Amino acid sequence: MAIDVRVPTILRSYTGGAKAVTGAGDTLADLLTDLDRQFPGFRERLITKEGALHRFVNVYVNDEDVRFLGALDAKLDDGDSVTILPAVAGGAFAFAAAAALSGR
Amino acid sequence: MARYDSLLDATGNTPLIGLPRLSPSPEVRLWAKLEDRNPTGSVKDRVALWMVRAAEAEGRLRPGDTILEPTSGNTGIGLAMVAKLRGYRLVCVMPENVSSERVTLLRMYGAEIIFSPAQGGSNKAVAVAKEIAAEHPDWVLMYQYGNEANARAHYETTGPELLRDLPTLTHFVAGLGTTGTLMGVGRYLREKVEGVQIVAAEPRYGELVYGLRNLDEGYVPELYDASVLTRRFSVGTQDAVLRTRQLVDVEGLFVGFSTGAVLHAALAVAHEAVKQGKPADVAFLVADGGWKYLSTGAYGGTLADAENALEGQLWA
Repeated sequence: MAIDVRVPTILRSYTGGAKAVTGAGDTLADLLTDLDRQFPGFRERLITKEGALHRFVNVYVNDEDVRFLGALDAKLDDGDSVTILPAVAGGAFAFAAAAALSGR
Repeated sequence: MARYDSLLDATGNTPLIGLPRLSPSPEVRLWAKLEDRNPTGSVKDRVALWMVRAAEAEGRLRPGDTILEPTSGNTGIGLAMVAKLRGYRLVCVMPENVSSERVTLLRMYGAEIIFSPAQGGSNKAVAVAKEIAAEHPDWVLMYQYGNEANARAHYETTGPELLRDLPTLTHFVAGLGTTGTLMGVGRYLREKVEGVQIVAAEPRYGELVYGLRNLDEGYVPELYDASVLTRRFSVGTQDAVLRTRQLVDVEGLFVGFSTGAVLHAALAVAHEAVKQGKPADVAFLVADGGWKYLSTGAYGGTLADAENALEGQLWA
């Protein structure tokens, strides 16, 4: 049971700088538990105190957003590819500046 | 009737065309909604026009006023055209490293441009934008990421057009940026078509774009409501380029890279329907043509070359 996980720049301080790591688990929750065992502190960055995925984190299984596949209960199979990315909609500049302008 | 009283009246009512060569089977068909056939060549003309009209109706925008929008993309070009024809001044704030085509085009439309230093990234841009806003409290910001008129343009026009032209529609696929297209069309179709699938294709850029210092700097547009979507795909640069080229090669459609990403997701759901033995009419949205992206060099050479050419760029 091996799942390939792509790690965003912002979380590589936990993986010794590795861009890609391997983990195991039948669900995304299991996988994150396994990754936290390998890289202590990793899970906490992705999951809120209430136990849900952080609002500004997107996780994809084989390029599909897990929030539409059961979120942390999303099923994983051997050979699946998991990608973790911060939420930054296109036009990063535009929204950051606009958010500032509108006082948000 | 293809005669209009003015350019603004020619916004919307775009063609929906079948793609018989890319469709997986006669029962599972792909359809492209050609939003590049809008006055300035992108889906954003609908958004620009609706946001300006809404601001006029609310009394926020009066003749001669100045519109401020921090954009270098299609929304800026659409707003520049609408502002010119309706008598407003437009000021765009953009980083100094955007392509020269965009700057030339915006200036031709009479828009003024305030550059923020490329160095310093978005933090610097935010600072610049704050200064401008403080100096000019009377300027009117459209803010497409949180402006409900953005989604409403699609609820009132794009959605009804799709259903009028394709009553058997089963899936709608579009790119996810401000989320306005998917929210507006998605809400409309969900009200009218039982079991319709609303599918998002989100561009996955090179690593540079995701270089936040911490996760709290992340952003989700205020317009976004996940309950409108059925599924959401992340499409990498290579797949987007491959599909963009395939669309020209097989169906003769020359589109921007965001549409390549959308086609990738549309083909995924179409092939699933084939596997399940279900008929499907999958409509997807062509946000713009490829003209503005030719200078990236990503239309020629190998896929690896194209991916390198687009590294670090917001190609959708």
